[in-house]
Amino acid sequence: MEELNSLMHGFSVILTPYNLVLMFVGVFLGIIVGVLPGLGGANGVAILLPLTFAMPPTSGIVMLSCIYWGALFGGAITSILFNIPGEPWSVATTFDGYPMAQQGKAGEALTASFTASFFGALVAIIMITFVAPAVANFALRFGPPEFFAVYFLTFCSFIGMGKEPPFKILVAMMIGFALAAVGIDIVTGQLRMTFGFTELLRGFNFLIAVIGLFGIGEILLSMEEGLSFTGKTAKINMKIVLETWKKLPRFWGTALRSTVIGCWLGITPGGATPASFMAYGIAKRTSKDGAKFGTGQLEGVVAPEIANNSAGTSALLPMLALGIPGSPTAAVLLGGLLIWGLQPGPLLFVEQKDFVWGLIASMYLGNLAALILVLTCVPFFAAILKVPFSIIAPVIVVICAVGAFTVSNAMGDVWMMLMFGVVGYAFKKLDYPMAPMVLALVLGDQAESAFRQSMLMSQGDMRIFFSNTLVGSITALALFALFWPLIAMGIRRMRSAAA
Amino acid sequence: MEPGISQRSAELVVAALTLALGLTVVLASYRLGAGWASDGPQAGYFPFYTGLLICIGSVANIVMALLRAGREGRVLFVSWVSLRRVSTVLIPAALFIGAIHFVGIYVSAFFYIASFMILLGRYPVWKSVSVGLGVSVVLFFMFEVWFKVLLPKGAYNILSYFGH
Repeated sequence: MEELNSLMHGFSVILTPYNLVLMFVGVFLGIIVGVLPGLGGANGVAILLPLTFAMPPTSGIVMLSCIYWGALFGGAITSILFNIPGEPWSVATTFDGYPMAQQGKAGEALTASFTASFFGALVAIIMITFVAPAVANFALRFGPPEFFAVYFLTFCSFIGMGKEPPFKILVAMMIGFALAAVGIDIVTGQLRMTFGFTELLRGFNFLIAVIGLFGIGEILLSMEEGLSFTGKTAKINMKIVLETWKKLPRFWGTALRSTVIGCWLGITPGGATPASFMAYGIAKRTSKDGAKFGTGQLEGVVAPEIANNSAGTSALLPMLALGIPGSPTAAVLLGGLLIWGLQPGPLLFVEQKDFVWGLIASMYLGNLAALILVLTCVPFFAAILKVPFSIIAPVIVVICAVGAFTVSNAMGDVWMMLMFGVVGYAFKKLDYPMAPMVLALVLGDQAESAFRQSMLMSQGDMRIFFSNTLVGSITALALFALFWPLIAMGIRRMRSAAA
Repeated sequence: MEPGISQRSAELVVAALTLALGLTVVLASYRLGAGWASDGPQAGYFPFYTGLLICIGSVANIVMALLRAGREGRVLFVSWVSLRRVSTVLIPAALFIGAIHFVGIYVSAFFYIASFMILLGRYPVWKSVSVGLGVSVVLFFMFEVWFKVLLPKGAYNILSYFGH
């Protein structure tokens, strides 16, 4: 097994005291970021990214990916104890998690959710270990048209599968592309859409957009709701943990189904949130206690948590193998790779073996570290949420401002962040999705150059995207995803007409 | 119903803004050259189409907003009360960022956090001042000392009295 050898090599790369400390620091920060309102995985990583510029890339990615794992775990704490989902994919966890906390079974719910998260992530990592190299190997024969077709598929599936109105997804996404185009054109060297502003020469940085949209925007939203946190307290000790662990094997069927849903939806973009809802729904339908779901069933906590963590983890598969991130956080990590001078995509597995396998090995250890940390430190993390909003809000704004400034040492970026915050607030309230916008901003340049190269190859003939079976089937799949809402409507009409 | 900005006006305003943005992108790309040069696609080729799609989407959103508003009646986007609450975060944040230009991020953050706590959180002065000071000092050590990342000190650097 070549993968196992590579994995062992990866472990040997990351098992240094320095990397292990970074791992725990990352997970710790990640949980805090997942617990606090206004900070989430994506902007937690975005804010801390500049601090890793000085580190070796492998250490940097270990720390940043651990922030991501921490945030995935941390989301469950607020959902269960406070009925406030820290991340959109934790919403389904509140359905049964909060009722359990109200019944004084918070410790049990948290243990189940953390264990489920770990299980889901572990399966997804094992899948990444064995599937990602194969995908990357396959993608080595991709040329520009194939790559553009894969980008096209990514963005089409956002429109077709998203729960927001399709035209709003389209507008948000295209704004992302347009913002990505601002600045110096890499091919011709011409200035694009700078309108004479020197600030715009560097273009729009996706990190600033992420910090503003997700960080400041979220703070404005929480303030509008006038949030006051009233939470349940949780006690977790070895006894509760062991007792809960004894109950968990019963749910193996649900666990299996949720994992499959999570891994599958995680590979497609924006998958974690629908995965958690779908897993909850299916568990409710298949469980013999299904009717009691929503009143505090352990199974109702396990299902969405397994699904969202396996989805969140498998979102890294397309990022590593193809250079296409499956989630906003993965997009930020991908942006990090570009800044470190690594070209994401299939060649990464050939040229940067240490980096790739170090990252994959760190996923195993990072998730284990996260599990240990959350099980032992829940009261501490819950206490953070008890800090009133009038202290949290200005501190988070300061942290966001510092993060925005350090991206390229420019005050203009800090103002830009505030502007993106207002945009994020309005967009969120009007149901414009932010994930495709961020993804387009990160991938814009690459998608454009793939498109231009394809056009050069074919002298402007769009038929190049159907010129062979491989690219043709990806493009066809993309169009199918794009028009899926219309196709589904058509099928429903036909069925009801037949009936 | 509570007074405020209706969902419909907000939808229309945002869609109009995105339309304006789309038109700007289309025009700017067109002027740059959105066609085919001797050496391949021109610089505005790709952005031109993204701009075009923004315009198409925005128009569709305007139509949707007009259609839906008739069916669902007046839904509130944000009430004046909520909007005031939002501005109590937004305006101080803008002042904080503005002040960075003059006194630097550490001093500005201290005043921002402390005054926010005193004025909006109604905390005692000693508590607010110590939280503000604590955050600034932690930031200072984290960035200037450990990570050696220099943050803005402002035009009137008060910290220079302390040797920084």
